[in-house]
Amino acid sequence: MSDKVLMKGNEAIAEAAIIAGCRHYFGYPITPQTEIAAYMAKKMPKIGGCFLQAESEIAAINMVYGVASAGYRVMTSSSSPGIALKSEGLSYMAGSDLPALVVNVQRGGPGLGGIQPSQSDYFQATRAGGHGDFKMIVLAPASVQEMAELTVKGFELADTYRMTSMILADGTMGQMMEPVSLDFDVKPAPAKPWATTGTKMQREHNIVNSLSLVPEELEKFNIERFERYKKIEETEAMYEEYMMDDAEICVTAFGIAARVSKNAVNEARKMGIKVGLIRPITLWPFPKAPYEKAADKVKEFISVELSMGQMIEDVRLATSCKVPVTLCNRVGGMIPSPEQVLEAIIKANQNGGAK
Amino acid sequence: MEFKRITILCGHYGSGKTNIAVNLAVELSKQKNNVLALDLDIVNPYFRTKDSADTFSQNGIKLIASQYANSNVDIPALPQEMYAVIDDKSANAVIDVGGDDRGALALGRLAPSINEENNYNMFMVINCFRPLTKTPNDVLEVMREIEVAGKIKFTGLINNSNLGRETESADVLYSVKFAQECSKLLNLPVVLTTVNQKLFAELNGKIENLYPLTLQNNNVI
Repeated sequence: MSDKVLMKGNEAIAEAAIIAGCRHYFGYPITPQTEIAAYMAKKMPKIGGCFLQAESEIAAINMVYGVASAGYRVMTSSSSPGIALKSEGLSYMAGSDLPALVVNVQRGGPGLGGIQPSQSDYFQATRAGGHGDFKMIVLAPASVQEMAELTVKGFELADTYRMTSMILADGTMGQMMEPVSLDFDVKPAPAKPWATTGTKMQREHNIVNSLSLVPEELEKFNIERFERYKKIEETEAMYEEYMMDDAEICVTAFGIAARVSKNAVNEARKMGIKVGLIRPITLWPFPKAPYEKAADKVKEFISVELSMGQMIEDVRLATSCKVPVTLCNRVGGMIPSPEQVLEAIIKANQNGGAK
Repeated sequence: MEFKRITILCGHYGSGKTNIAVNLAVELSKQKNNVLALDLDIVNPYFRTKDSADTFSQNGIKLIASQYANSNVDIPALPQEMYAVIDDKSANAVIDVGGDDRGALALGRLAPSINEENNYNMFMVINCFRPLTKTPNDVLEVMREIEVAGKIKFTGLINNSNLGRETESADVLYSVKFAQECSKLLNLPVVLTTVNQKLFAELNGKIENLYPLTLQNNNVI
């Protein structure tokens, strides 16, 4: 018998978080990520954990702030409009150097938008998670197995670098069911000597705070934080290359768009078109290396997105605009079809990279 | 398969009950006239019997679903015509109930009439490869919650244990033992073990009450 379980992406995130040692979940329901909260509500009380449905997203993220300050692995999850509400808390957590996992199962926007899948929070996740200079580690799973694995990875990275990790998924990834193996190693959380665990009259007070009224000090904190970010950019970028060895056209996409794109690449290869795929797994840090390498070989990049074109800017930056980067997209809760991507590949192949 | 006037399908979300509801409604339409399919799923707006609207119309089945099902409107609405199932005693119905006890609350509205008439079957769809129903005791717990919320007693089990596309014969054979354990614990019969067409060919004759499912279309992802 198989040792796998059949899970929804949302359930895989919840179960993986529990395996990673997370015993505190705070959230507020919103489609299409509600199964994360439902799963936590069912399981946390049975394992001595805490599930709390907060009165709002803002309350939930501040509860995350509190538990993270106390040194425990903690998470919240939401979907696009709910993440926007959490952005103040995300900035405060960055300013306080607190580790936590935040999950965004994206839906179409802006505003209340719809409940169908989207990738239009790419900028929000990689650029503007809140006010001030800060970054979050952004992980983009493309299978239910990766939903689980990157959740564990997210907790580990968050603890290592004392910052927020975000799982940037979408409605399809959250709802789709696939067999998952949950048999993976989890590194124990590192010691957190900064946590507010009580002095027991044996050490100085630990203070977790994002307020710095002395400009020189605040500047120093910012510079130190960005030195840490630089190290992450150098060491933690993750990506998958597919059929890139002899590729003359490079399709690039993350999450659900990458799955569709892979099918299109396979079809194009059958037609004799030399096309490959770069799939970023970390969106921040953005994996620049494979793009730099490809920019000297391919005649065109095609960025496949469920947005009006957001990641495309990072592709242009990573390739220094050496060759054209075109957009193949659907929005509003729609997913590009393999046929649509294939058409874009055929067009790029015929036009030879001309705009 | 022999049908009572009303067939109710419950199961933890992701158990596959909507798929089975569609299959049983089609089977029922081959045996009886005036077949209704009632979508009472107020829990998950993503997967609905409404996805099979074409299948229903081709087989002359009347689908009763919330006008908001499969739209972008994320509200737990019930269809206004739902009472046709209990008002029209000449109708033969399959009811798809939403996952877990909250979903079953919608069933409670129909329960007094269904219990009084007592011409129904209510089946629990089980999948031992789902994380929250991996042991017979897990299944028991979910069933008791559904019974309390829905106010109707179960009459049988449908074993739909699967791992999606990776399901193999050995997995199904294992699940049969699991279903039997559930059956013993709950004192309810396993009325069907459901598999896809490919596994049906491999397992036909080896498992009692094996039933081949026609699966709803999946996107190419």
